[in-house]
Amino acid sequence: MEIGLIVLATMLATLLGWLLKQSFNTQPWVAEAVDEASYQAPFNARPKLVALTTFLAVATSFFALILSAYSLRMELGDWIPLTEPQLLWVNTGVLVLASVAFQWTRNLAVSGRTSQIKPGLFLAGVLTVAFLVGQLIAWQQLNASGQYMTSNPSNAFFFLLTGIHALHILGGMYVWARATIKTLNGGDAVEVSHSIELCTIYWHFLLLVWLVLFGLMLST
Amino acid sequence: MGYVAIADRDHEIEHHDPQTFITKYVWSQDHKVIAIQYAGTAIFVGVIALILSAMMRLQLGFPDTFSFINPENYYQFITMHGMIMVIYLLTALFLGGFGNYLIPLMCGSRDMVFPYLNMLSYWVYLLSVIILLISFFVPGGSTGAGWTLYPPQAILPGTPGVEWGILLMLGSLAVFIVAFTMGGLNYVTTVLQARCRGMTLMRMPLSVWGIFIATILGLLAFPALLVSAIMMLLDKTIATSFFMPAISSMGVDPGHTGGSPILFQHLFWFFGHPEVYIVALPAFGIVSDLLSTHARKNIFGYRMMVWAIIAIGGLSFIVWAHHMYVSGMNPYFGFFFATTTLIIAVPTAIKVYNWVLTLWEGNIHLRVPMLFAIAFIFTFIHGGLTGLFLGNVTIDLPLSDTYFVVAHFHMVMGVSPVLVVFGAIYHWWPKITGRMYNETLGKWHFWMTFLGTYSIYLPMHYLGFAGVPRRYFAMGNTDFLPESAQTLNASITLSALFVAATQILFFVNVFWSLRKGPKADPNPWDATTLEWQTPDTPPKHGNWGHDLPECHRWAYDYSVPGYEDDFIPQNVPADVAPVGRDHGVEH
Repeated sequence: MEIGLIVLATMLATLLGWLLKQSFNTQPWVAEAVDEASYQAPFNARPKLVALTTFLAVATSFFALILSAYSLRMELGDWIPLTEPQLLWVNTGVLVLASVAFQWTRNLAVSGRTSQIKPGLFLAGVLTVAFLVGQLIAWQQLNASGQYMTSNPSNAFFFLLTGIHALHILGGMYVWARATIKTLNGGDAVEVSHSIELCTIYWHFLLLVWLVLFGLMLST
Repeated sequence: MGYVAIADRDHEIEHHDPQTFITKYVWSQDHKVIAIQYAGTAIFVGVIALILSAMMRLQLGFPDTFSFINPENYYQFITMHGMIMVIYLLTALFLGGFGNYLIPLMCGSRDMVFPYLNMLSYWVYLLSVIILLISFFVPGGSTGAGWTLYPPQAILPGTPGVEWGILLMLGSLAVFIVAFTMGGLNYVTTVLQARCRGMTLMRMPLSVWGIFIATILGLLAFPALLVSAIMMLLDKTIATSFFMPAISSMGVDPGHTGGSPILFQHLFWFFGHPEVYIVALPAFGIVSDLLSTHARKNIFGYRMMVWAIIAIGGLSFIVWAHHMYVSGMNPYFGFFFATTTLIIAVPTAIKVYNWVLTLWEGNIHLRVPMLFAIAFIFTFIHGGLTGLFLGNVTIDLPLSDTYFVVAHFHMVMGVSPVLVVFGAIYHWWPKITGRMYNETLGKWHFWMTFLGTYSIYLPMHYLGFAGVPRRYFAMGNTDFLPESAQTLNASITLSALFVAATQILFFVNVFWSLRKGPKADPNPWDATTLEWQTPDTPPKHGNWGHDLPECHRWAYDYSVPGYEDDFIPQNVPADVAPVGRDHGVEH
């Protein structure tokens, strides 16, 4: 449980530190006229960004807890390390490219060149689908070689972790699809650029999660 | 450049006035309607769980009397009673119900930041409740694994509901967590982003603080339950071995290898302990506001109260293994978890002292909500003190499997939060419905519930010390117990049935008030917080009419010297009314 604990402690400490900073040296019992100084904007951010950040905290907690379970379960006698398919290296590369494509699209969108974002947006989507297909093929390769989910706990964790990661990506693809439809329909440029920004953050996050998962599975 | 509050930016939040009955009351995106839907559903399942507990008490008080209760049923009743009360009633009611109603109104915003997501959250919650209720009617019935669902027994033959019940239970929990996450993202974002001008974090009423921190706990802790539910589903359906050890069940090998049931316990309690505070923190916050309002006095130590909520929230993540002392652990771990557990007593005690000091020399109005709030202090101190017993490894080991534990957790997270729920309903009822209830009936409801629950749970502590085992369908080989233990059990059952029946008074009051209740004053308790200052009662869609309120002071300006009324609402400008404690107050 140490992994889960450390990750959560870090997130909580950040939050608590911020809350304490907000509340030290305040005198809540003193009434004041509303002026700009008395209004402490918590984050000068968009609500959707705050919601996404919060969701990333939830997802971090979720993955950290599975990894905790992984590290606890690994130490028991019946664990036989799984040899991961080489294809995963290719998939990792594809996911990195998807993130790069999103970053490129985002940079264009933020600098106002919304008319040029279509290729990047498509590319990001195609690469992500390629990653998912690649993961599916990796699953089939394992099954073909007799490595089923139930064969060994390390296999079970492999299928579970890759499956849950893929589900998170599918959730992201829903938002990607909405952003793409908005772009094709010539939607509001600011709105489009906002959704692409959020997607980009989410894709980077899932890439990071994947790198951690992949690294852990390779090393154990 | 000045910051423009989200609430001021009308285009950010869409407020289409609902047109038809369906969009107004069924597929509603209005936080107030969603709150009522949440609360109604939660109370509905809560009543089912109450009936289940009455059935259990019938068996315990009068064994061998009721042929329709057999051991299988009994375990199903226990499981469903616990799960429903903790998750589908209390969590949903405090966060989905009160969170939804109070956050936007108390923060001075028009609605939640994402109304559509909010609506979705309720309907997904309803789906989880429906899945849960279906499990009563499938072959084999609902699961009887105990509310902690410990493997391996939870998914092995011999446990009731092993065919379908456990699958539906785990599925329902997963769906509930999705619903909660959607709601939780809304609550956090609304508190952080949609407060009205002048509503700094440290001017928020403690109710909002409690709900806010509880939501954060829920968002971070529920994933642990989701992980364990998914893994157990896989263990059950395709025979993986996350939790299931190599085991032979009734002469059959189910195909598991050396999984770890203890791993499940870690994950479950990593969620399970914060869950206690997910229920308790909103109760702490709400009770602070009730005490302050009805004692006409500012809450004692507001900042300390906020920090205590935050500290309790943080600490609640590092105490989980105190639920696992009897599972066996390294003594150093036991020492660590006992220490952290006892440290929680510090911020909790700060809160209790501050509640009592708020009452000190207050102008106490013993109205119905106040009675419930004061009763909460009693039951909470009581349950908290027995927690000090159970937090210590050496005392926990002999007491863990006895009725002492049942008494402890019912006092601290059953009775106490439920008293706050009732207090809060009586407190905000006039605002929610625009009608008053019958005060006398409310007081009868209070006294019978309060004294009744004490006569249920106080004797249970004694039974626990005497060694009466919990979880048992029948006593079995317990010759060491005096016969009077059974007499006491019978009396507890009578009290329990009495308290359960008493709740009819509450529902009578609710229906009477809805049909014939006198029209309520917009601010019947002379309260300061923003929800009492709305232009309409009950508040209309959008809450504030044309202009959003501005907040000029904290929520606790009661009995400020030099001002004619004994309260100054949060939206009264500083130049109209005295500006708080530093001006004109002599100490």
